[in-house]
Amino acid sequence: MKKIILHGRKVVGGCAEGEALVTTQTISGWGGINPVEGVIIERRHELHGQSFKGKVLVFPGAKGASGWSTRFHVARVSGSAPRALIFNEMTTKVALGAVVMRIPAVTDLDHDPLDVIATGDWVKVDADKGIVEITKKG
Amino acid sequence: MKLTDDEKAMLDGKEGPGRQKAMELLVRYGEALGAEKLVDTNNVCVAIGASGPFLRDMADKTGSLDAVFSEFSLDAGEVVEIPEVKACTYHLIQGLDPDHWEIEGVDRSVYELHLKGLAFAARIGIQLMNTCTPYLVGNVPVKGEHCAWMESSAVIYANSVLGARMNCEGRESGAAAALAGKIPYWGYHLDQNRLGTHLVEVEYDVESVMDWNLLGYYVGEIVQERVPVMNGIRRLPNLSKLKHCGAAAASSGGVELYHIVGLTPEAHTLEQAFGGKKPVATLKFGPDERRVAYQNLNSSGKETAVDFVMLGCPHYSVEQVGEVCKLLKGRRVNPNTNLWVFTPRALKDIADRNGYTEIITNAGGILMTDTCPALAHVMPKGTRVAATDSGKQAHYMPAILGVQTWFGSTRDCIEAAISGQWRGELA
Repeated sequence: MKKIILHGRKVVGGCAEGEALVTTQTISGWGGINPVEGVIIERRHELHGQSFKGKVLVFPGAKGASGWSTRFHVARVSGSAPRALIFNEMTTKVALGAVVMRIPAVTDLDHDPLDVIATGDWVKVDADKGIVEITKKG
Repeated sequence: MKLTDDEKAMLDGKEGPGRQKAMELLVRYGEALGAEKLVDTNNVCVAIGASGPFLRDMADKTGSLDAVFSEFSLDAGEVVEIPEVKACTYHLIQGLDPDHWEIEGVDRSVYELHLKGLAFAARIGIQLMNTCTPYLVGNVPVKGEHCAWMESSAVIYANSVLGARMNCEGRESGAAAALAGKIPYWGYHLDQNRLGTHLVEVEYDVESVMDWNLLGYYVGEIVQERVPVMNGIRRLPNLSKLKHCGAAAASSGGVELYHIVGLTPEAHTLEQAFGGKKPVATLKFGPDERRVAYQNLNSSGKETAVDFVMLGCPHYSVEQVGEVCKLLKGRRVNPNTNLWVFTPRALKDIADRNGYTEIITNAGGILMTDTCPALAHVMPKGTRVAATDSGKQAHYMPAILGVQTWFGSTRDCIEAAISGQWRGELA
């Protein structure tokens, strides 16, 4: 099985692995997700109706209202959080969201993760070392 | 992160467990951001209420507001006693209007929890402004003031129009800033990050509140969380128009700072706005782009019979309440339609004295305070189709409340309230 390694910067430490859920569109917290179910609800979003629960969420970054961290905080408490975050654009929303979800998170990768990772790939995140290991699906 | 002696003392617990947990959160958050240090702040806007959806269940389970604050405002991992805030701190919008909670369909138990929350906030020294527009009712930061505010529509206004310095904070970072008087020195606190990135050549003669909504909504979707510079604005907008523009840009994208050449305080010239650098991209806003934004905002609308007209997102200025009264005076809201208008409580006092509240009430509408439908999940019972003059509310209502939503001018919305039918068009 083909493995790809990416290197980046730790946002929140820890190790986790899971199936990737990838979007090229930024994600809203407040009005963007149902945190209890762990589902994207923004109407015109390409992941509308899909669940990020237990997935490694790969996305450009956060957008929208300041309730971002609260929504993802509720997702953690509800057991619906993703397992890890991989993203490109650092903002206060995504940083705080990652902190309060207490899940491994990395950014500033040496290749654009949105190009390299596809939904369904198996992804291991070692955030302390800043390493992302991708096993392509199929 | 480099910490000062007073920050280390708080982190070591010298000022008690509440401030210690606040510092721990700020350090975790600052390190996640890649910040080098914290900066002092004495202007914080937060929401700590537990009466909104999701959190009220948590409040029920944990039983104490110290517990809710420890988890959802500090991510403390344990329950700590919450001390009085250190920074001057103001409460943002809440989960209900204490004068209209029954009409809003809120249960008595939630109302009672809300009252406990207000008492808790007051006890720890948080000013109960209860609005998404603190800058309308007395919290107007000066240029360069380091703040820690939640509420994306307020952050973008204070950064862009007032030249204050802040990032869009979350519930946890805002609460930690209130207790510690500190916030990571990162992002828009620093000069170099406040420069424009995208040039927007505005070719359409943007004039009305609706136009400013459309401009903000269009630009936000394209630039996402970057810093757009609007060039070519021919007519001077006012506070209300800029309030709507920013709120829309912070909804379709994550814009927290914009500049308008010749108008906003860090953009006397195009060169100043970009700091002499070249824009990473140039876009235009002409009639076609305006139409795209209008269509996107109306993409959920299908049926023309309107059940609910929502005005006041972000909370209306008293000027806007007055304008609604001009459009409404002597007329009656359709029996099948509800009209709710939202303004800060401090401005409702003026509306009462000016007879505005009476005009709205006599027409069959309600002037509400302290909350909003999308935030609190409050709507007239049975609403299927809504209408609003707010790009932000039109963006969020279909997703959050599951209702079709029409977007248009304030006049279109009032006409819909009177006739019960949506007839808005892009003139």
